[in-house]
Amino acid sequence: MSATATAPAERPAAPARTPRARRRAHGWSLRAPLLPALIFTILVTQLPFLFTIFYSLRSWNLLRPDSGTFAGLDNYAYVLTDAQFLGAALNTVVITASCVLISMAVGIGLAMLLDRKFLGRGVVRTLLITPFLIIPVATALLWKTTMFDPVFGLLGFVLTPFGLGDVNWVSQYPVVSVVTALVWQWSPFMMLLVLAGLQSQSRDVVEAGQVDGANRWQMFTNVTLPHLRRYIELGVLLGSIYVVNTFDTIYMMTQGGPGTASSNLPFYIYQRTFLGFDIGQSAAMGVIVVIGTIVVATLALRLIFRTFMSDQEAKS
Amino acid sequence: MTATAPAPRTRPAAVPTPRPAPRRRRGSVGGTALTVLTWAIALVFVSPALWMVLTAFKTEGIAQTDPPTLLFQPTLDQFRNVVGADFMPYVGNSLIATLASTALVLVLGTPAAYALSIRPVKRTKDVLFFFISTKMLPLVAVVVPIYVAAAEVGMLDNIWTLVVLYTAMNLPIAVWMLRSFFLEVPAGVVEAAQMEGASLPRVLWSVMLPIMAPGVAATALICMIFSWNEFFFAVNLTASQAATVPVYLVGFITSEGLYWAQLAAAATLASLPIVVIGWMAQRQLVRGLSMGAVK
Repeated sequence: MSATATAPAERPAAPARTPRARRRAHGWSLRAPLLPALIFTILVTQLPFLFTIFYSLRSWNLLRPDSGTFAGLDNYAYVLTDAQFLGAALNTVVITASCVLISMAVGIGLAMLLDRKFLGRGVVRTLLITPFLIIPVATALLWKTTMFDPVFGLLGFVLTPFGLGDVNWVSQYPVVSVVTALVWQWSPFMMLLVLAGLQSQSRDVVEAGQVDGANRWQMFTNVTLPHLRRYIELGVLLGSIYVVNTFDTIYMMTQGGPGTASSNLPFYIYQRTFLGFDIGQSAAMGVIVVIGTIVVATLALRLIFRTFMSDQEAKS
Repeated sequence: MTATAPAPRTRPAAVPTPRPAPRRRRGSVGGTALTVLTWAIALVFVSPALWMVLTAFKTEGIAQTDPPTLLFQPTLDQFRNVVGADFMPYVGNSLIATLASTALVLVLGTPAAYALSIRPVKRTKDVLFFFISTKMLPLVAVVVPIYVAAAEVGMLDNIWTLVVLYTAMNLPIAVWMLRSFFLEVPAGVVEAAQMEGASLPRVLWSVMLPIMAPGVAATALICMIFSWNEFFFAVNLTASQAATVPVYLVGFITSEGLYWAQLAAAATLASLPIVVIGWMAQRQLVRGLSMGAVK
């Protein structure tokens, strides 16, 4: 690149060829650093998915020796009429949506409390982000035992005065239990995002509102929330990307049960693959999930680009 | 905060507000009440974590009582039991998976992020789109072929399989995040170095890296958090040899009714490295989790 920088001054003789060659060399020197990461990512993430598509067209169950033949779209037909698969899909939507929305509400509340100077603010913030850092597997197990246990759990003890002392949360309300643990884990993430948004708010705007005599609620709905919109959208988007793949919490807490009451798609497909040994069907499920994700993600990615890129970059 | 509301009104509206505006005043009664409320809410919110740590110092007998025991003679027995048993090999595996994949992510991701931070690359947008779209690819959709391939080449239950997968898992986040740090480096710095005839690796290594060091560190910390806590691949692709810390905790599913204190001790130990790293990286956490979008 250093050579091309000085080239025009030295060689004005061949103006037709040099710029193109120069541009090409320049282009490659810019592209080359990108290639290792790009190739690695394609090999590890895209190649397996091509095999998934291939498997999904075959009848392949490890427990049936006669399987392994081409099956066309049979797996897809089976999966799309499988009530358990559809139930798991519904659960995925319910768990993801409720977790993300409740976490966001809690996160906004916590962030509002933290957006002022007070004694021990740093310590409080440190405490509040801790649930996000604890291994999710441990979080799920601890909620299941020390919190939700109907006899010795802390929650039962606290809720006894309200007549909810002996509810067996995990078996009676498995989805609620899973969402609770997930909300606890993800609220700090939302809080951090919203807090960053609050702190980027211009003081002058806030004060202008106060001078105009807006009350606290008016300030919040007319000034703060519109400003936070971008951060809230981002939080919902990123939260959804992460939470939709939730596996550990369900594995540790309910094993998708009772029955398949709290299975989501990752857990159900895991069961079909590693406990049911039906490679063909689970591959078909995987492909369907990816198609569904692409539809949702295409909409979401527009948002991401609006958020991530500066206007100038987005146009180029 | 209620007390501060009338404050601006006493000021003449026409005069521009002085710079360090005392938007929220300390010391007022309302302020103190709000501070107490904030502390109370924070403590209630983290109480499950505090309860975990507390339970870890109990004996099994007082870990399960009705009503729950708050005051007791703390003991380190549970920690001794966990460390004395077979916990350490899992920690070793987790360390390899976390550190090696993070190093690999930085080696692959830094040049890529650099290339994507300078505008002339025509398809920058497409490549960035591609990287982030792999984050949306459900893991269940790729685990079967990966399992089959790993079995074919004898890489099941091998820690390096996890290293490769965790690298792929974190690379998109790292590329986006590092790119946002590169964008903040003034263009003049790089141009000046190139004028003097420095090659690209040299520019990256001796000019950019010192400026980027905090950003690279933050990226590394985010990768470590995700790798250490990863469970799906770990539980499906490892068995006795390469199992990581989260897989160790699965062992408590069967015996959970009996060993709460030991479970709490194991969970505390297993979480400790990441909790400490996360506390240290608080400032960068938002940026990393939002892949560089929020500073």
